Amino acid sequence: MKKMDSTKRYEILRERMGNGDVDRRTFMGLMGAAGITAGVSGGVMVGMARQARAAGTSLYFEGWGGVVSEALRKHAFDPYEAASGNTVIDSTFGGEGEVLTKIKAAGNTDGHNILHSSGVSWYKRWVDAGYGSELNEANIPNLANVMDAIIKPFRKITPDSLSAVPYDYGTTGIAYNTKHVTKEEAEALGANLLLKKELKGKIGGWGDAANRAWYGALQSDQDPNNITDWDAVWDKVRESRDLVLKYWSSGAELMDLLAKEEIYVTEAWSGRVAALQDQGHPIGYIDPKNGLAWMESMFVLKGSPMAEAEELLNFMLDPATSLAVAEGQKYPSSLDPNKVAMTDMIKALPAYDATGTLSNLVFRDPVVWNPLEKDYTAAWNRIAKGG
Amino acid sequence: MADADAALDRRPWFLLAPALLAIAFLVIVPMSFILVYSFYENVDLAVDKVAFQFSNWQALFHDSYYRVAIWKTLRLSVIVTMLAAVLGYIPAYFIAMTTFRHRWLLLLLLILPFWVSFIIRTMSWIHILGNEGALNGILMWLGLIQAPLQMMYQEGTVIIGFLHVFLPYMILNVYVSLEGIDRNLEPAARTLGATPWQAFREVTLPLSMPGLAAGCLLVFVLTGGSYVTPLILGGPRDFLFGNLIHDAVVSELNWPMGATLSFTLLVLLGLVVVAYSRVMGLNQLSKAFR
Repeated sequence: MKKMDSTKRYEILRERMGNGDVDRRTFMGLMGAAGITAGVSGGVMVGMARQARAAGTSLYFEGWGGVVSEALRKHAFDPYEAASGNTVIDSTFGGEGEVLTKIKAAGNTDGHNILHSSGVSWYKRWVDAGYGSELNEANIPNLANVMDAIIKPFRKITPDSLSAVPYDYGTTGIAYNTKHVTKEEAEALGANLLLKKELKGKIGGWGDAANRAWYGALQSDQDPNNITDWDAVWDKVRESRDLVLKYWSSGAELMDLLAKEEIYVTEAWSGRVAALQDQGHPIGYIDPKNGLAWMESMFVLKGSPMAEAEELLNFMLDPATSLAVAEGQKYPSSLDPNKVAMTDMIKALPAYDATGTLSNLVFRDPVVWNPLEKDYTAAWNRIAKGG
Repeated sequence: MADADAALDRRPWFLLAPALLAIAFLVIVPMSFILVYSFYENVDLAVDKVAFQFSNWQALFHDSYYRVAIWKTLRLSVIVTMLAAVLGYIPAYFIAMTTFRHRWLLLLLLILPFWVSFIIRTMSWIHILGNEGALNGILMWLGLIQAPLQMMYQEGTVIIGFLHVFLPYMILNVYVSLEGIDRNLEPAARTLGATPWQAFREVTLPLSMPGLAAGCLLVFVLTGGSYVTPLILGGPRDFLFGNLIHDAVVSELNWPMGATLSFTLLVLLGLVVVAYSRVMGLNQLSKAFR
């Protein structure tokens, strides 16, 4: 069950249009229909939905929206609801900071159970803030199929018990419009493609502080997990800022900017680029040397109904479910390819690691990055605004 | 007799009590919490320590970053307000003066945009001004341009977005004011030798000033407190003071600084209302709706 108000419904509709799922005429028609429907039947539907939810346990899930949420809804939540009688009420967040702000303001985790959490850094932050749960792994037998390499960083933070199960991974590489940038040029320039002055006004960027710092490190020839000269990093970030048309903040916005050719190059999430390529857009993708890789988990917040949450996680890690979601959201599954046969589509996804060791990917070291986050986030927010 | 007078004197307070209580609990108490929070200390992301210290306020007063944001906010608010006043007066005048029998239809059209989400209305400009938007499509179809014009993600787009969203507030205020003007006054001025322009400038315009001023106040305050429109339609350097609050609270998870900035914005916009009160008198606001 989707938990959304009319505004969110309109946003999703617009997002689908941005993703290329709906043509303009259908979009306008659905907007009108949605308005009438909301007015005429909204109250009745809300009442019916309340009754339906009362039948089983409700699990509140928050994720990234767009093709990712659609894949989870279609391949994981709908089948789970049919099989269990429980309800998954999913919604989209603008980032985990937003959820943490809400929880902090409310003083409890009511209405928040499972997060599609980004990276080990956020895992550590949730745990450190006291919101980590203790999963009973005996109730999640499918966890045995998950790559050891992807579980290891989480276990390092909470050796006694996990609060999340790793679910997928991907990279933040560089997307380029092949009509304006050749593959050879992109590969030759790597991260410096984003500093090409001739592309001024046609360059985008992800407005995330850690990502900006990571790419600043690459552009200043430093190891992002061992930055020694932060001034050099910020100089590169400023150089990049002066060329950028727009810093995007969501996958849908990224796809919209690239699809409409507002920008020709940008950092990009591998799965969203794969979705654009799937739709026939002339977008290429490279992972530059030391490009940023990340792993996402399904994080269960303290105070959630644990048995039901574990049941859902186990269902989601079932190979049939996990692979279907991976194909839908275009991010490789956390399942070990040495234990579970991957489909050809998954094998062809950007960032896919066939070895099951993730040794070819470079992840952000939370021990290095987390203590610095307060400072580099504030620094980036200033620089983004001309500082 | 004296008892009766005393009871009568207390009556306004009884009548005002619900409104005063609502203001106290919904405005004054929350803002007091925010003020208290501004003295707390942010130790790490999302980790605050109860304290009574002034580092957040010192940063606000000594850091040019915040002064620039205040300047940008005031500047953009003035631009949007002035444009809204000019652009809003014309349709308001038309609606007020029209002899069209179904004037209610025009008013309905005016409030129709409120039925659609503010975010969607803002985002709609991407489909109008974007590379593949309607405007570029028409210009290219007419052969006036060969390649799409870059119109999005600039200050101009942010101003257009604000005008789109806030213009109805201006029109409605001016309309209500114009509606209350005796229709015989302009013809009377004409019979005394005034040209149509003079009659408008010296009779209608001054009499509609309460509505115009009320509209200006609303648009100014609403623009000054915004942050979503620059996020969606602006480029990296297009931001308002509200965006700094968003950064502090959601991105930096620094609530004490966010509280400091929020309280500052409240004071700044409050000062605008005080200035308005000094110049126009707040009672003019009520005149606009008579």
